[in-house]
Amino acid sequence: MGQYLVRRILTIIPTLIAISFVIFAVLDLAPGDPTSALPETIRPEIRQQIRKAMGLDEPFPVKYGLWMRQFFVNEPLSLIENAFDIQIGDGEKRLRVTSWGSRGVPVMDMILERVPQTLWVVGLAYLVAIVIAVPIGVISAIRQYSIFDQVGTFISLIGYSIPTFFTGLLMILLFSVKLKWFPMIYDTNLQVVDWRSFVEQLRQSAMPVAVLGFFQAAILARFTRSSMLDNIPMDYVRTATAKGFRERYVVIRHILRNSLIPVVTLIALGIPAIFSGAIITEQIFRVNGLGALLIGAIQLNDIPLVQTVTFIFACLIVVFNLIADVIYGILDPRIRYS
Amino acid sequence: MMRRHISYLRVVALLLTMALLLAACPAAAPAGGESMAADEEMAEEEAMEEEGKVLTILYWQAASLPGPYLSGGTKDQDAGAITLEPLANYDPNGTIVPRLAVEIPTIENGGVSEDLMTITWTLKEGLLWSDGSNVTSEDVVFTWQYCSTEETGCTASEAFLGIESVEAIDDRTIRITFDSPTPYPYNAFVGANTPIISSVQFADCVGAAAQTCNEQNTAPLGTGPYRIIDFKVNDVAVYERNPHYHGDPAYFDTVIFKGGGDAASAARAVLETGEADYAWNLQVEPDILRDMEAAGLGTVISAFAGYVERVLVNQTNPHSDLGDDRSEYMGGDNPHPFLTFAPIPQAMSMAIDRTLISEQLYGFAGQPTCNVIPAPLHYVSDSNDACLTQDIDGANALLDENGVLDSDGDGIREYNGIPLKISYQTSTNSVRQKTQALLRQWWLQIGIETELINHDASVFFGGDPNSPDTYQKFYTDLQMYTTGPTIDPQQHLSNWICEQIPMRGNSWGGGNIFRGCNVEYDALFEQLTQTPVGPDREALVKQLNDINVQSFYQIPLVYRGEVSAQLNTLKGVWINGWDSQMWNVGDWHR
Repeated sequence: MGQYLVRRILTIIPTLIAISFVIFAVLDLAPGDPTSALPETIRPEIRQQIRKAMGLDEPFPVKYGLWMRQFFVNEPLSLIENAFDIQIGDGEKRLRVTSWGSRGVPVMDMILERVPQTLWVVGLAYLVAIVIAVPIGVISAIRQYSIFDQVGTFISLIGYSIPTFFTGLLMILLFSVKLKWFPMIYDTNLQVVDWRSFVEQLRQSAMPVAVLGFFQAAILARFTRSSMLDNIPMDYVRTATAKGFRERYVVIRHILRNSLIPVVTLIALGIPAIFSGAIITEQIFRVNGLGALLIGAIQLNDIPLVQTVTFIFACLIVVFNLIADVIYGILDPRIRYS
Repeated sequence: MMRRHISYLRVVALLLTMALLLAACPAAAPAGGESMAADEEMAEEEAMEEEGKVLTILYWQAASLPGPYLSGGTKDQDAGAITLEPLANYDPNGTIVPRLAVEIPTIENGGVSEDLMTITWTLKEGLLWSDGSNVTSEDVVFTWQYCSTEETGCTASEAFLGIESVEAIDDRTIRITFDSPTPYPYNAFVGANTPIISSVQFADCVGAAAQTCNEQNTAPLGTGPYRIIDFKVNDVAVYERNPHYHGDPAYFDTVIFKGGGDAASAARAVLETGEADYAWNLQVEPDILRDMEAAGLGTVISAFAGYVERVLVNQTNPHSDLGDDRSEYMGGDNPHPFLTFAPIPQAMSMAIDRTLISEQLYGFAGQPTCNVIPAPLHYVSDSNDACLTQDIDGANALLDENGVLDSDGDGIREYNGIPLKISYQTSTNSVRQKTQALLRQWWLQIGIETELINHDASVFFGGDPNSPDTYQKFYTDLQMYTTGPTIDPQQHLSNWICEQIPMRGNSWGGGNIFRGCNVEYDALFEQLTQTPVGPDREALVKQLNDINVQSFYQIPLVYRGEVSAQLNTLKGVWINGWDSQMWNVGDWHR
């Protein structure tokens, strides 16, 4: 296992370098220009000046090398400096990856500013989804074709097939416009300091969390159910039942434990998606999360920001793939890595 | 063993119940009847009092930076305009009103020199930055240096073109010298796109260093009614009352400038839920906006500048048989086979019901127009207004009189044996496609057949010299889009002189997209560039507009504005098309 881990971690490095190259190359070669978002009245000469000021007219290898250095050396150094309030070398002069849309603002600062909202809203939705979906999936499977199963399947299918922009809009119309229970604008300046502001935070998170949670829960519930159904006819289940264990014991101790292995993997693989946010839902409710950051950057052709955010997502996906594999090995005694 | 697992299930059940409770709790609270809801509202109002008076402004495009110099969007300019001020503003009528300046310099008061080479501004006395330091003429000089230094990559540098120098005569006097006579000297430092910034704060941010000035760029000092206290990039800006403001203290304690989302939900947040006080640029179907407005909480308001949606009539032959010579002017040797015969485009213009288009398709954001220069008022010609009434019979009669007849009986007229079949392109956009469909239907009634084409906006306006589908190449007979003049129309009118015709030779770089060359127009334009602001200039602008419209180079359709929404409780809003919509935010109150 140890050896396997080391080998996997070592292969991550060339993988990430290859990914960073592909991301950089694709975005660099893609048509589009950060000055295209500027008003049409701005003349071509002035656009050229702006492009030059952004460092756009450097050749590709120079831009890539500079970005690599900024991302892998300068950014971590700045991060350490800020975290421990110390000074390493000439910090003032160190070039950081800065945004083109908001010139002068380090990309990493923009990302760090967005992480808490995304983790809170999308993470909470994920948690809610797991808590709701697993029991529904389990009960649906052991009571297959019962009313509960039929209703659960129906609701799951609805949740799975209705896009979030529609449920989001529906919720706004119902809960904000008609009933006026929840605000439709997510106040990103809200500081949770006391009970009242906490309640306010819950109120404003309720709709985005519900929209995302519903969608996620639908997928997870279906997955848990089918995984349970795969295990129920197994020989070991029959053996356990034959031994005279009560149904509840068999379900929880044997079937659920085995069925959850793929579910846990699915959940682990889905965690990068939490970080990448929920682009549409964040946009609808004006949650300033990472998804909203990414979509805004794409609209403005803010290439450094898109590159950095995309690359961080890529890192997360690679890392969580590894974690999922490891968890799989730990949970399932039949799998042994060597 | 067994016990442990049963309690396991209990934990799951407990968690599930908690989750359900959490979801149901806020829902359960107001269900207790109206009195409770009313109590809550009162509590909320009290809470508002505690937090102070808050103004919430919603822009569905979030601001990247508060200021116009490093980021050219309206959102950025408007986020800046709450705290940054220019020497003077344009009011909604297009009149220049002093802001940081004592008065508007003119030739009469000696502020503009007789030779049109200099303009001298004087700052108000005792102006302070929002940190309490003095505003001096050095700040104005610095602002010019900052934006005109090439390496800064300033997005507003257009306004400073043609300026030879900006000097501080004394602490409050600034003289701008131009490199050639400039009849309209108010481009620099007038309007929200060229506000004054602090020479102390930005001292180290000139040139390439502008890219690294994170703190300065996100929290510029201002002189306006509010000052910035927090800026979250691409999300929200927060302002507080500026204690050093030179005018009456502003009404609100806090201004929140929130960005993101989409136009329809921004409209909803003002008109239906009242969560925000003001929502900007609501590009929403007029019917939907009218429905929302009916909720009674807010009002839809429109601002008009100079934008005209219009049909351009190709004066050259775009026929595909011509290969590379399609739509090439070639010194006038490649004229359009029938659109250069004025009665034909004239009849086409007469057949259009502009009122119907603007009311049905543009709603709050459109007025019918017959001019390519639709504003400011003193520049608007009234000699083309007949086009406001649709006249299909008249159009048919006109074509008959001029011998453009349907000789083969297929319903399509011919001119010199060529059937009047035209192609008509625009960008992909539901309003534009509906306009196209209406026009085709009307033109069919006068015996002209139209083929409708649309291209994705990023291609159509993209300017890729290898694409045949750009508006610059204009490989169709007609095309439709919007542009408009700034407050002084000279720059806009300069597009339509002969040397601006796009062609292979200049990589399709000119602004005379319809490829019409009129010697009289060029002579009058030359005169315009030497005529100072005043009645003579106004007359010239009208003449230039009339030549363009009456030669049927362009068929104006709709004078387009911007639509915003405000809460009915918000007072003092005076929406402005010529300047930032935030230009008078200091006067807003409840």
